[in-house]
Amino acid sequence: MIRDITLGQYYAADSVIHRLDPRTKLVGTLAYLIALFIFNNPYVFALAAFFLITLILLSHVPFRFILKGLKPILFLLLFTVIINMLFVKGTPLFSIWKITVTEEGVKQAVSMGGRLILLILGSNLMTLTTTPTRLTAGMEHLMRPLKLIGVPVHEIAMMMSIALRFIPILMEETDRIMKAQLARGADFESGNLFKKIRSFVPVLVPLFVSAFRRANDLAMAMEARCYHGGKGRTQYRPLRYTRRDAVAYLILILYLAAVFAAGKWLSELATPWFKEMIGYAGSVSVSMSEVY
Amino acid sequence: MKKKKEKKSEKTGGNNAVSKKETAGAGVFLDISGLRYEYIRRDEENNVEGITTAVDDVSLKVRPGQFIAILGHNGSGKSTLAKHINAILMPAEGTVTVDGMDTQDAERLLDIRRTAGMVFQNPDNQIIGQVVDEDVAFGPENMGVPTKEIEERVEESLKILGMWNYRDASPNRLSGGQKQRVSIAGVIAMHPKCIILDEPTAMLDPKGRYEVIRAARALNETEGITIILITHYMEEVIHADTVFVMDGGKLKMSGSPREVFSRVEELKEMRLAVPQATELAWELKKAGLDLPDGILDRKELVKALIKCGRSDGRI
Repeated sequence: MIRDITLGQYYAADSVIHRLDPRTKLVGTLAYLIALFIFNNPYVFALAAFFLITLILLSHVPFRFILKGLKPILFLLLFTVIINMLFVKGTPLFSIWKITVTEEGVKQAVSMGGRLILLILGSNLMTLTTTPTRLTAGMEHLMRPLKLIGVPVHEIAMMMSIALRFIPILMEETDRIMKAQLARGADFESGNLFKKIRSFVPVLVPLFVSAFRRANDLAMAMEARCYHGGKGRTQYRPLRYTRRDAVAYLILILYLAAVFAAGKWLSELATPWFKEMIGYAGSVSVSMSEVY
Repeated sequence: MKKKKEKKSEKTGGNNAVSKKETAGAGVFLDISGLRYEYIRRDEENNVEGITTAVDDVSLKVRPGQFIAILGHNGSGKSTLAKHINAILMPAEGTVTVDGMDTQDAERLLDIRRTAGMVFQNPDNQIIGQVVDEDVAFGPENMGVPTKEIEERVEESLKILGMWNYRDASPNRLSGGQKQRVSIAGVIAMHPKCIILDEPTAMLDPKGRYEVIRAARALNETEGITIILITHYMEEVIHADTVFVMDGGKLKMSGSPREVFSRVEELKEMRLAVPQATELAWELKKAGLDLPDGILDRKELVKALIKCGRSDGRI
């Protein structure tokens, strides 16, 4: 059961988006996210939403899979919207008791909420259409320039892919140890939070011991198979840009140009991104608007 | 002695592809002489607390293409010995020479490891890739084999081990026996001359055990790869060319399976069980039946019993 958990929530399908080079997708997602935060403008959001929906349709991933990604941030989303609505000052719209909802507040709330949703859905689309292996490979490639300043890029990527391989195994192991301790009369359920955390010690100790043993075994197995770091290493499935990726980059550039155009000429308020980032904290934006 | 070594390195130094056939059946592939290895326990201040001699003055020779089994109880030093062949451990005393290369020669470390591949006990802890074919490609990738050739090697080795249909599967979904076959495929993809299997079946069920041993025998017979199988399951060593028995870090016996298994009492002293048929034959003989020594399997036992019965006039 537990071994069926796939990390990175990959949705297997055969589509243009799936076949894109992971580097294209990583760069694309990053550019998409940055573009979202540069402009605070309904036209830009509409454009971003349209762009995203087109991509989702192209990817053959069912909408409900993509929407699932919103679940974990539902609380954050509601929190952001409510805080923005209640505490941003400006022209009052209506007020109940001591709470005043302002026009600016509603605008801010909608834009923050919409931005968050688009952000999560956008990055979700990337992880749904790219296997963790290809994602790590893409990251390794993109981070390659960092090697010049001494970042161990290959080692980081290797660690990531080994972690991805061992997480299901360690989860299975946790499950097994918990059952073994339950059979010995361990109690993981009752008591307050501290007691519950304490009751996990008999699970964590054997888990760590076993993890270290596994690490030792794995290191030996890797050495036995001639592993000696990234030097002189070839690749079984090297990443290759194809014409598809060139087209994707072109579309991305066109999209970004459209976003910039919409943000510059159609907006009544093109705000610098750092103010937006601070505004995201909600409460801070209160003092900011006071200043203005 | 010195001369002999020079000669060997000449022979193997130049052309690896040709030497496989040339040396098959003749010469020495693996030469262990006077090997000694100690595990040193230290306390927190790095003082020596105690020394355990895991391998003590072991010498043995293996010819290319042989199927070798090393038997021994837990703690007999058999795994430690195996790790020397792959240059994971370095001898404290003595030398280990693999295909003419001294394992202490740091420059030839990768050559040694690709010549003598190793499969370990726990299938989960030696699969590196998240997908079967990626794992098989790991060795060739490290060796710097060109992409095109890696693809060929992955296909070839997965087909040899009968795992080609699982190439896109996650290793987590395979059975233990299948995982071990993937591990063996990963070693085969490095085109080794020898595979050391360090208790590959210890964590498997009987079915998985059978799969792995059958695969090892097939590699030995069809590909001519030297197999060194380390195990404590007696049934697995019946087909070996030579069996070495270790106990307490020392090499206690060597010979054909028949020779070794005819010394039941000595094996029992080393807390080693003999195959069931051998044991039964031995007990029957003790009880007075006229049976030959070193019966290995059920068929032989039945034959011997019929013969024995006929000579008694009971059948």
